[in-house]
Amino acid sequence: MAERKLPAPAISQETQAYWDAAAKGKLLVRKCTSCGQVHHYPRTICPFCFSDKTEWIEASGKGTIYSYSVMRRAPVPYAMAYVTLAEGPRMVTNIVDCDFDKLKCEQAVKLVFKPTDGGPPLPMFTPA
Amino acid sequence: MSIKGKAYIAGIYEHPTRLAKDISLAQIHAQVAKGALEDAGLTKDDVDGYFCAGDAPGLGPMSMVEYMGLRPRHVDSTDTGGSSYVLHVGHAAQAIAAGKCKVALITLAGRPRAEGMATGTVPRSRGGTPTPDEPFEFPYGPTVVNMYAMCAMRHMHEFGTTSEQLAWIKVAASHHAQHNPHALLRDVVTVEEVVNSPMISDPLHRLDCCVITDGGGAIVVVAPEIAAKLKRPKVKLLGAGEFIKTQMSGKVDLTYSGARVSGAAAFAEAGVKPADIKYASIYDSFTITVLMQLEDLGFCEKGKGGAFVADGNLIAGTGKLPFNTDGGGLCSNHPGNRGGLTKVLEAVRQLRGEAHPAVQVKNCDLAVAHGTGGSLGLRHGSATVILGRE
Repeated sequence: MAERKLPAPAISQETQAYWDAAAKGKLLVRKCTSCGQVHHYPRTICPFCFSDKTEWIEASGKGTIYSYSVMRRAPVPYAMAYVTLAEGPRMVTNIVDCDFDKLKCEQAVKLVFKPTDGGPPLPMFTPA
Repeated sequence: MSIKGKAYIAGIYEHPTRLAKDISLAQIHAQVAKGALEDAGLTKDDVDGYFCAGDAPGLGPMSMVEYMGLRPRHVDSTDTGGSSYVLHVGHAAQAIAAGKCKVALITLAGRPRAEGMATGTVPRSRGGTPTPDEPFEFPYGPTVVNMYAMCAMRHMHEFGTTSEQLAWIKVAASHHAQHNPHALLRDVVTVEEVVNSPMISDPLHRLDCCVITDGGGAIVVVAPEIAAKLKRPKVKLLGAGEFIKTQMSGKVDLTYSGARVSGAAAFAEAGVKPADIKYASIYDSFTITVLMQLEDLGFCEKGKGGAFVADGNLIAGTGKLPFNTDGGGLCSNHPGNRGGLTKVLEAVRQLRGEAHPAVQVKNCDLAVAHGTGGSLGLRHGSATVILGRE
């Protein structure tokens, strides 16, 4: 099967550290030290309590599939998904390196990284 | 201050075309504006409020105001995708109630078909400065269809909703479209034909998706003293609501839509209940969009939408809740990939008694029109209006 080419993410000043960590194989999420909640995608001001006391924490890389859909009409079919991270937030991602016909909601998955076209790699998930 | 009874829909027009190869985008805006003003019995010079969204060429309302030779003292170009025009009806009523204008014109136009746009199946970057969400979504390949499909997948997981139940929504739309000479798809389809059509993005099949069409439409909203002088049947605005539903910073819940909030606000303002509604125009970008909005507007319990739409319950004449009697976006028209305006149009036709006789709801005196714009699975704008015949 042909390889699917992934576009590079557009990196902003606010999220440079997230992508620097991705290049080292780590997934960061943003935690508010004021209200204690973890959010995604990462922001410097907490979207729950609006405190500016937020920090990066490293995610365990464990999660479960909240929902998914296999895009059959794409030149190379792929599985779009929301994964619920062990740390709490649900993130937009892809499920890769698996039989798409066997995917299920609530299935356990683990973190992998896939290279992009000229940018940092993207955090994705594969069945655990 | 409530908008209840403060404004009337006096004029409507739907462009008959579904493929606008030889008409410009601005031209369609002007043609539908002319059509709706003539329907109302008003002229361009009566217009003192103008509303448009992101489909209008130019910066906000400015180019269209100039092109059509308007002189509005109130403008609003709020863009919430396909729901914009339902929201505009509510905003127009607010402006009229506040004395900011008396004759508000709302226009929509689009030519995605003529332009060969891959509307639903290719990820699209907006260009320019990336939105803060873009780097965390776009590289993964979100398309219109797969993000709605994820809502359907989760709904099936949590509530046992089936593809056959979703298919009934398309079947009902097709029963209505057979009577609309302008509808893109006029053939009646069966549940089997829907579930056996090619899978686009699991669990949505080709026939779970709306049409891609060119065209547009316009609405004229007027103050009560203007409506009193016009000859058309009077359609009164009773309630309006709007909401933006997001991923909630990582707490996304795909099982409900913003209709839960916009619908509750509109029904409360109108002082009516879903059970009172005789006709419903429900945004139908996909079959799952309809099912979730019916639940969220309160027509049935959350999770029971599948049973509610099955067995022809949405078909005029036989079902309990006739919906999208023009064939809707699933069969007739989804101009510019923005289906909210046409939802208002068919609700007005029903309330005027001017729907096709085969689908006209008897004694139709109360209707709802609801729109969802953007992406149901990422972030979307919801807008609801309750309309009554006077």
